[in-house]
Amino acid sequence: MVEALHWIGGAFIVAGALLSILGAVGVLRFPDVYTRIHAASLTDTGGATLMLLGMGFLSPLGFVTLKLLLVWGFVMLTSPAAANALANAAYGAGVRPRIGTFQIMGDDKPGPASSGDGAAS
Amino acid sequence: MLVAAGVAGLVVAMSLMIVRAMIGPSHYDRILAANSFGTKTVLLIALMGFLFGRPDFLDIALVYALINFVTTIALMKFFRYRTLARPLGAMGRGAGKDG
Amino acid sequence: MSTPILDASFALNVALLLMLVAIAFAVVRTRSLLAAILLMSVYSLASAAWLMVADAADVAFTEAVVGAGVSTIVLLGAILLARGETERVNWKLMIVPGVLAAVVGGVLIYAASGLPNYGDPASPANSHVGRAYLEATYRDIGAPNVVTAVLASYRGFDTLGETVVIFAACIGVALMLGFGSRATLAPPTEIPNDQHVVLRVVAKLLIPLIVLFAFYVQFHGDLGAGGGFQAGVIMAVAIILHALVFGLRATMAAVPVSLARSVAALGVVVYAGVGIVCIINGGGFLDYDYLFSPRVEAMIPANLLGDPNHVHHWGQHFGILFIEIGVLLTVSATIVTMFYGFAGRTIETIEAERRT
Repeated sequence: MVEALHWIGGAFIVAGALLSILGAVGVLRFPDVYTRIHAASLTDTGGATLMLLGMGFLSPLGFVTLKLLLVWGFVMLTSPAAANALANAAYGAGVRPRIGTFQIMGDDKPGPASSGDGAAS
Repeated sequence: MLVAAGVAGLVVAMSLMIVRAMIGPSHYDRILAANSFGTKTVLLIALMGFLFGRPDFLDIALVYALINFVTTIALMKFFRYRTLARPLGAMGRGAGKDG
Repeated sequence: MSTPILDASFALNVALLLMLVAIAFAVVRTRSLLAAILLMSVYSLASAAWLMVADAADVAFTEAVVGAGVSTIVLLGAILLARGETERVNWKLMIVPGVLAAVVGGVLIYAASGLPNYGDPASPANSHVGRAYLEATYRDIGAPNVVTAVLASYRGFDTLGETVVIFAACIGVALMLGFGSRATLAPPTEIPNDQHVVLRVVAKLLIPLIVLFAFYVQFHGDLGAGGGFQAGVIMAVAIILHALVFGLRATMAAVPVSLARSVAALGVVVYAGVGIVCIINGGGFLDYDYLFSPRVEAMIPANLLGDPNHVHHWGQHFGILFIEIGVLLTVSATIVTMFYGFAGRTIETIEAERRT
């Protein structure tokens, strides 16, 4: 039973690492700031959740599990908030996306860069 | 064995983030890369604790998860507003006032 | 340690050190100061991970919180007063310093190859003083964390000197950058047209949690990694977060400058005061075995730490507790003062001073 838990935990950890690598590749390949923020924050939080879940399976129930839960709580609280603040700051500074528009905010018309890409909006 | 694979994967992801921190054309890319690097380091430290059998490392991971957030906010605030002293605006207030 | 772990730590060492070299190269090549500070923060983080691989938990802790946290924020405050970019240097001027640096680096690497192997039990560091401390700590002090025992008890006088040095840094920054009326010259207006609701709510949730965690690190320093220095830095980071999100004026209303100034001095007083109480009770300066007179020590309940049969060194235990509190007070107040000094002075305030 303990062996099975070890294997399950290990599988979760590898899955989390794969998700982080995918996110890092996304940050390198995506075209502008907003898509990169999306890739980084989403995969960071998801990868952290999978990894911490895997580590939770690896260790016996106790103080260590509580600390893992706390790390998970802090990462869930801070990583999306930092991404939101960064995107907010970039938007306020005038950085406009290369794909898509901000029509949901009501103050953007489709720019010349997006009209040729067939952005669905 | 699987934990070591997880550590290797994280190290690869961290190296890719460094590349983005170096070449990111705008500073927002760099701040994003630094924040993401910090989160990945938190996970790396926690995993290393499991790999080397030292559960104390979780304290360090916990602290750095908090400090990473504050550093990202400071960098963002500095670059966007060129000040560290003024408050960040709240809903509805601050419209039109130019400091 | 079994071989797979050794291989894993060797591979991690190589990977992290390569990352450090790459980041250092990027720091030197970039011209923007903000990018340089950001990359230095990333560098400190990679160093902390590498120190962790080398099994130095307290050092890695301090490197992570100080190098990647507070140092970055204070440097940001410092370059508020400067231009954002460095100038490009003519490469011909860099030849002689480059050759000199290469020669010194080569000599150091050659000298490092003569050091004993990592973890060698027969090396001088591990066989004389190191082994004596490891064997004597349980007998004399009873704290599991040997680093805290050496720092706070065996070499307590050195740590008092460190605390006084930190306090001197506080005074130096205060004298140069000013606090009091000059530091509150930050204009009260808010930044126009930006809404940061998520950040304000999350900050309100996080600040008490960070303070609580600082206390956890403080009191847990005897048992695991931690102690007064790290806890002081974490406490200061909580106050800095408040200042970043809610404005310097709001933070100065909550933690006034005079409070920071007095708390920094109070920390040194508490530390040295413990030493003087030991002298009054008949021992040497900072000799914790004489912290309590025998009458007081008899009043301490034997099961305070849970096990009534185990012999506890109450003097050592409480002595380390009190001096760590002193270190916490001084370190947190110093960093808060430095942040107030740097953040409160911007180009506008300097111009305003020059006009008046």
